[in-house]
Amino acid sequence: MADQAPLICRDIHKTFGKLEVLKGVSLETRKGDVVSLIGSSGSGKSTFLRCINLLETPTSGDIIVHGDPIRFTTNRKGERIPADNKQVEQIRSKLSMVFQSFNLWSHMTVLENIIEAPVNVLKVPKKEAIERAEAYLQKVGIYERKDYYPAQMSGGQQQRAAIARALAMEPEVMLFDEPTSALDPELVGEVLRVMQSLAEEGRTMIVVTHEMAFARDVSTQVLFLHQGVIEEQGSPQKVFDNPDSERMKQFLAPKF
Amino acid sequence: MLDLKGYGPELLDGAVVTIELAFLSLILALTLGLIGASSKLSGNRLAKAIATFYTTVVRGIPDLVMMLLFYYGGQVMVNMLSDFLWDAYEIDFFFQFDPFISGVVTIGLIFGAYMTETFRGAFLAVETGQIEAARAYGFTRWHTFRRIMFPQMLRHALPGIGNNWQVLLKTTALVSIIGLTDMVRVAEEAAKAERMPFHFFIPVAAVYLILTAGSELFIKWLNKRANVGVVQGG
Repeated sequence: MADQAPLICRDIHKTFGKLEVLKGVSLETRKGDVVSLIGSSGSGKSTFLRCINLLETPTSGDIIVHGDPIRFTTNRKGERIPADNKQVEQIRSKLSMVFQSFNLWSHMTVLENIIEAPVNVLKVPKKEAIERAEAYLQKVGIYERKDYYPAQMSGGQQQRAAIARALAMEPEVMLFDEPTSALDPELVGEVLRVMQSLAEEGRTMIVVTHEMAFARDVSTQVLFLHQGVIEEQGSPQKVFDNPDSERMKQFLAPKF
Repeated sequence: MLDLKGYGPELLDGAVVTIELAFLSLILALTLGLIGASSKLSGNRLAKAIATFYTTVVRGIPDLVMMLLFYYGGQVMVNMLSDFLWDAYEIDFFFQFDPFISGVVTIGLIFGAYMTETFRGAFLAVETGQIEAARAYGFTRWHTFRRIMFPQMLRHALPGIGNNWQVLLKTTALVSIIGLTDMVRVAEEAAKAERMPFHFFIPVAAVYLILTAGSELFIKWLNKRANVGVVQGG
């Protein structure tokens, strides 16, 4: 079988009450793509990311994960909902997410956090899951903290643990929702370096970020969102050095 | 040694009744509390309405009135049900609504309402990010509840459960009024007969104190276990 697109989103709309947050956003990825979603707060970039793994249900539009389109239906109130919870759970297990505020489960140690989903969702034998978890902890550089609880670690360490948790699912696509926005400036670097190494390994990633240097240097594709639509899209060179849209030029203009 | 004028064994039996009553009521109250809280937090309007009605009514009526209502009213209800089943389906169904059962049902119902509020607050106190992470990793609803929601909720609920338990334990003394021979009832009879109130009521008070103080230690220990990973360095 030819290399299937890990993720295709077509014309995603999302409305909260009367507020239309996404007005038709589409995205097609190839394996190994690193897509940066940039834009000001409220532009809809996080909502778009959350629509991809159905933490929000898109009001309309298609999501196709590795050739498998998510099926929707409407409930009694006329709202669109996923048709098959089993399918949603299965798809989510292929799209692991890294959150802005880490969201490591606070009552579990780092190692327990990492093996929880592989053991219970993917049904990996526990011994194997632990070996896998330890390897990923080595990779993100916090192996020696594996028996710590999240509250006992710095933000940067917690986020690296959360990345190890995402890696342990061996996902088709990794989703990052502003992974460095909650971190001290000094801790941002350690997380970005881990993400860069993942990009170099050829993992497919979609990253909502305010780190322009990361978007420029690491991504293969940049999407600039403004008021729920894609204002500018293309290679980092194109978007950063030669943007067509006025809004993008403004966004990039020096602030001081 | 304390001379209980031959009432010792009876008092001891009474204490056992008190403890049994308290534990059974606690189990009922915790069950009702979990169901009540889940209903109140569910999207289902009917479930929400029923749970709100339950907590409003039960928390608004004095414990003693509820107990009398169940003790006298409960038997009438059982009788009616029994007659109906026999007349309509020839099913032979009957049980005596004795003071013990009425005690457990009443106390369980009352504290179920308080537990509902305790659990509801505790569920709401769980950070949404914790639940969201579980959903994002493909957990089923049940798995999310069992592995993430419940253990984290418990941290917030335990202090409230501990409080409710202590009050519940003391509320069991009320059942002596509907004729259950618990520790209080025995002491009351003995004190009257012997004209020695201090002699009998002080030991009873001491037993309650030992039970409540003991459970406080136990809850402290539970709390420490539930809060693992919260305090820096544990």
